[in-house]
Amino acid sequence: MLFSTTHPTPTPMHIPDGFLSLAVALVGWVVAAVGVGLALWRSREALGERQVPLMGVLAAFIFAAQMLNFTVAGGTSGHLLGGALAAILLGPWAGILTMTTVVAVQALLFQDGGLLVMGANITNMAVIACLVGYGVYRGVRLLVGERRWSLLAGGFAAAWASVVAAAAACAIELGFSGTSPIGVALPAMAGIHALIGIGEGLITVGALALVSRARPDLVEMGRAGSVGGFRWALTGLAVALALTLLSPLASPHPDGLERVAEDLGFIEAAQEAPFEVIPDYVFPGLSNEALATIVAGVVGTIIVFGIAVGVAALYRRRVAVEA
Amino acid sequence: MHIHALDTYCPGTSPIHRLDPRVKLVLTGLFILTAALVPDREWGAFGALEALVLLTILLSSVGLVRVQRRSAVAMPFVLAALTVAFSTPGRVLWRLPLPGIPLTVTDAGLLRFLSIAARSYLSVQAAILLAATTPFPDLLWGMRALRIPRTLVAITGFLYRYLFVLADEARRMLQAREARSGAPDGRGGGSVAWRAQVTGSMAGTLFLRSYERSERIYMAMLARGYDGTVRTLSPPSLRLVDWIVGLLVGMLLAALLLLTFDA
Repeated sequence: MLFSTTHPTPTPMHIPDGFLSLAVALVGWVVAAVGVGLALWRSREALGERQVPLMGVLAAFIFAAQMLNFTVAGGTSGHLLGGALAAILLGPWAGILTMTTVVAVQALLFQDGGLLVMGANITNMAVIACLVGYGVYRGVRLLVGERRWSLLAGGFAAAWASVVAAAAACAIELGFSGTSPIGVALPAMAGIHALIGIGEGLITVGALALVSRARPDLVEMGRAGSVGGFRWALTGLAVALALTLLSPLASPHPDGLERVAEDLGFIEAAQEAPFEVIPDYVFPGLSNEALATIVAGVVGTIIVFGIAVGVAALYRRRVAVEA
Repeated sequence: MHIHALDTYCPGTSPIHRLDPRVKLVLTGLFILTAALVPDREWGAFGALEALVLLTILLSSVGLVRVQRRSAVAMPFVLAALTVAFSTPGRVLWRLPLPGIPLTVTDAGLLRFLSIAARSYLSVQAAILLAATTPFPDLLWGMRALRIPRTLVAITGFLYRYLFVLADEARRMLQAREARSGAPDGRGGGSVAWRAQVTGSMAGTLFLRSYERSERIYMAMLARGYDGTVRTLSPPSLRLVDWIVGLLVGMLLAALLLLTFDA
C-alpha cells in the first residue's frame, strides 16, 4: 500500500491546540483575518466569477501535491508544502487564499493543526509564506531580469525563504506563549526548515520548469493580478523585518536560556569569534538590551539584503556588457 | 484503495451525530477555549474536561481506541514544548545523567510541560470527535452560520469536493513512478536532488491537470447558469434538543472555568 498514514510526513509546522497562549492565538486570528480579507477582495477583482471554482480546485491541487513525496535518506521522505509555488503560479493573493483553505481543511478534517490556533497557522503557512515567497521571487526577477533561469533561481529562493520564514514565525509564536524558549525554538525550527526548504526549493523548481515549458502563459498569469514587482519585493522584506523585530521580544522567561547556558557552562566557554561585525548580536552604544538586539537584527537583515542587491546588480551589468 | 478511505467521518446515528453541526462546531470551539483558559497545574479542571470528552466519545459510538490512536497526530509537537521542562527556573528534580552536561529538569518546568501536553491532548480529542461525527458539508454550513465569508466557505467546499479526485490522481502518479523505477532495498535511484526535481515535475504535471480541470468545471458551471454566486439551501432551524444541549454544555464549561478561577 502506498499510504500507510492518512497524511504525508508531518512537518513540525502545524501548531496543535494547547501550544499557544490565548493572546497569541487571538493575534494570529487578527493577522489572518486581515490577510485573508485582503486576499478575498483582491482575487475577486482579478478573477471575477471564476474565483470560486479556480481557487477551490487549485487548493485541492496543493493538498494533493503535498502527497507527492521522495525518499531522502534513512526512511525519511520530503514533500512539498506549496506556499511559494502557489504564490508564484497564481499570484500572492490567490496563493494566500488557496493555502488558507488547505490549512483549514487540514485542521478540520485531519486534525493536522489546532482549531483555536488555526489563525496562527494561517498566518504562518498562508500569509507569511506567500508574502515572503512572492516578495523574494519578485525581488530576484527584478534584479536578474526576466530570463528562464531567473524564474528557476527565483523559485528556489522563494520556496526556501517561505518555509524558513513560516518556521521562524512559528517559533516566535511559541516563544511569546511561553511554550518553548525562543533561544531554543528559533534556531531549532529555522535550522530544521533551512534543510526542509532545500527540498521545497528543488520541488518548486521542478514544477516551475515543467509548467513554464508546457504552458508558459500560466507562469506569467501569476503576475497579471499584481502591480509593481518592486512593491512586492519590499513587502517581502517588510515581513522578514517584522519577524526579526519580534524575535528578541518573544521571551517571557528571558532567564531561561541563560540558565541552560550557565548549566551547560556555555557562558564561560563562549569564545570570541575571530572577527565580528556586530559583537554578540548587540549593537554597541545602545543601553537597552532588547532595543539593541532589534537594531542588530534590522542592520543584519539590511546588510544581507544589500549584499544580495549588490551582487545581482554587478552580475546584471556584466551580462549587459557581454550582450 | 480509494482515497475516500482517508475521510475521517464515521457514519452513525448516535445522539452526537444527530446534533446540529452549528452547535457541535460552537461547543468544540468553546471546549478548546476552556482548555486554553484553564491555568497551569489545575489538574481537577483538566480531569473534568477529559471526563466530559470521554463521555461524549462513548455516546457517539465512534470508539475510544480509534480516537486515542488518532490523537497521536499532535505528538511530534510535544517535543517542541519539552524544552520548558529544562528551562523554567525551579527546584531541581532530575539531572541528565550525562557527564559534563548539567541539564536539569525542574519541578516548575515539568508541571508547565505536563499542563501544555494536557491542553493539547484534550483539544485534539474534541477536534477528532467533531470530524468523526459531522460530515464535512455539514461543517461547511456550520461555518457559514458563524459568519465566515461566503466566498471562503464556497472555496473550501470546492477544495473538499475535488480533494479526493486530485489525491487519487496524485496516487496514480506515485504508483506509475514506483512501477517505472527500480528502488534497490528502499533507497531511491539517483541523487536526492534529482529525485526532488522528478517529484517537482510530477507536481507541475498535477498542477496543469488541475488547472485544466478547473477550467472545464467553470465551463460546466457556466453552462448550468452559474453567475458568480454560490447558492445553497438555507440550513434548518435549530431544534429544541440542540438549544438545550448547547446551553447546558456551554454553562457547564463556564461553571468549570468560574470554579477554577475561584479556587
